[in-house]
Amino acid sequence: MELRVDGKRAFATTGGRTHQPGRRAVVLVHGAGMDRTVWVLQTRYFAHHGRNVLAVDLPGHGRSEGPSLASVGDMADWLSRLMDAADIETASVVGHSMGSLVALDLCARFPERVDAAALLSTAVPMPVGEGLLSAAKANDRDAIDMIVAWGHGRNAHLGGHKAPGLWMTGGAERLLEKADDDVLYTDLGACDGYRDGLEAASRVRCPVLLVLGREDRMTPPRAAQELADAIPSSRTVVLDACGHMPMIERPDRVLDVLGEVIRGGPGPA
Amino acid sequence: MAKPGFPRFDTLSLHAGQHPDPATGSRAVPVYQTTSYVFQDVDHAASLFNLERAGHIYSRISNPTTAVLEERIASLEGGVGAVCAASGQAALHLAIATILDAGHHIVSSGSIYGGSHNLFTHTLPRFGIETTFVDPRDPRAFRDAIRPETRLLFGETLGNPGLEILDIPAVADVAHEAGLPLLVDSTFATPYLFRPLEWGADLVTHSATKFLGGHGVAIGGVVVDGGTFDWEASGRFPTLTEPYAGYHGLDFVEEFGPQAYVMRARSEGLRDFGACMSPANAFHIIQGVETLPLRMARHVDNTRRVVAFLDEHEAVAWVGYPELPSHPDHELAKARFPKGCGAVFSFGIGGGREAGRKFIEAVGLFSHLANVGDAKSLVIHPATTTHQQMDADALEAAGISEDLIRLSVGLEDPQDLIDDLDRGLRASRR
Repeated sequence: MELRVDGKRAFATTGGRTHQPGRRAVVLVHGAGMDRTVWVLQTRYFAHHGRNVLAVDLPGHGRSEGPSLASVGDMADWLSRLMDAADIETASVVGHSMGSLVALDLCARFPERVDAAALLSTAVPMPVGEGLLSAAKANDRDAIDMIVAWGHGRNAHLGGHKAPGLWMTGGAERLLEKADDDVLYTDLGACDGYRDGLEAASRVRCPVLLVLGREDRMTPPRAAQELADAIPSSRTVVLDACGHMPMIERPDRVLDVLGEVIRGGPGPA
Repeated sequence: MAKPGFPRFDTLSLHAGQHPDPATGSRAVPVYQTTSYVFQDVDHAASLFNLERAGHIYSRISNPTTAVLEERIASLEGGVGAVCAASGQAALHLAIATILDAGHHIVSSGSIYGGSHNLFTHTLPRFGIETTFVDPRDPRAFRDAIRPETRLLFGETLGNPGLEILDIPAVADVAHEAGLPLLVDSTFATPYLFRPLEWGADLVTHSATKFLGGHGVAIGGVVVDGGTFDWEASGRFPTLTEPYAGYHGLDFVEEFGPQAYVMRARSEGLRDFGACMSPANAFHIIQGVETLPLRMARHVDNTRRVVAFLDEHEAVAWVGYPELPSHPDHELAKARFPKGCGAVFSFGIGGGREAGRKFIEAVGLFSHLANVGDAKSLVIHPATTTHQQMDADALEAAGISEDLIRLSVGLEDPQDLIDDLDRGLRASRR
């Protein structure tokens, strides 16, 4: 679905289904340097199970016009305006890594627009190491390798993709390579610079599910503990044999747990 | 390849795509000799069919044993995914049929396997796909042959049988400037010797029957998607960038991004054409891949010794191996194939066709048959076998002379191979 936000092209996939009036909406937000395609299975599943789905390309990512946005707050504002453009008043919001911070910020600042949230591979704060930041700033290929190496659990490094024949780390490398120069650096800077997360978390009132990978080296489960404690209505699921990319490393389990917070049935138009 | 934090080539050869079987603990890859897979419930079934959940439905489309081989080859080539097929030829057809329609055109190297030459020359035209053959050593010839309806450039990493080295970066540049992908058959090289995707190719096929399987026991092929080609920017590939009625309007690039091609190849090509690899063959080929690095190193080592012997032999007119200074691609070989140029090469026997007949009948360890890449050494006379459907002009264009004998050097003791060849060469002169 191509939309206009702030006069610029914005894209979100709907999982192969056009939106129907009266259905609850699900908005999925990708992580740093990535795009909507990380959610392909979840997008298609919810779209074919009665939800209006938007898996967004944040500005400067995928098919959405740039430049990329420099702060998590700006991304949450943009997401709110994207929902306006798509005539979505309230949605369940699912975010991965950087996208989880965007979802969190949206929950805190636009509580009337979020009926539930799932934060995958999250942590607050979400500091980014100097080595990765400087490689990303230089648009050095090493930044991609670091993210892919650290971002997948031990199992994923040897494959075993649920979708037959797909090679997980190869797919992640190609996806990150597609991003324009400076996009990854801007994104990582936004993660690193998001300082208000715990304060935002205290204002969240909707049900929130944290989905964490036990082998995640980028946002290990212990780094999400403060966030979980700060959100009054949160529940945490830790997935075994999973790194920082649960929607790809454990897609079925992620669908199952998301189904626990993303409610179906009729909702506000 | 040897990036910090990632498993390395030899490890991937043994482990990629497989974890010990969760049901039995089996360390070896089990042969899932089954046609189909029980659905958990009706919704699970519907979700699998509609690509909402990943998993196996029917072994024509995917199979757990075959999937291990697919991931393993994808990992070794550095791709985003792979699809196995019933043979190397089935893989080539699948690679083409995924993106070409009637009315489209291919620009291909003229120095390719005779079976592929037949497909392009005689069979694909029946389905409206034409091919222009060009000199693989001339990237400008590829450019000059591109037409508005061209959709694919094709060549072999190491040409069969002359080992013409495709200048992949140069040909890839030509392809990409025209908004087209480059498909490379890398059967002779295997990812151990050369990884085409790292040099600019977009798609790779293999006859897995050869060195990947390595023991001459199973027929199979594989298509690897590099995930690099921008189908959307090209605008010439509606099978990947427009809604597909065969999957409820699925737009593969919109939803699968860099893995669009390999997803379409499986979900359409295996579903509808059905040339899948059997799980038993996948199992056999996996056993070969597990020792690919060890075998290829030995294949090359033996080949170098055999080449050196033949190059000095008075009964031999010429030897075509790129590591020899006399080969036209010697400089490219030095730059791009430091581990060797494979174990299949040709030489010309003094005395022509009749001498060739005597030679082939006199050798013993070298088996006379139509295959390459076996652990055992093989020999053939292409002009009367693998390339016999080509006329004289096509043979000449492909660099195949009547005195040409092709060897596939195996893993026997190299001195025994040399002794066998010497016996054949002496017989050829009687």
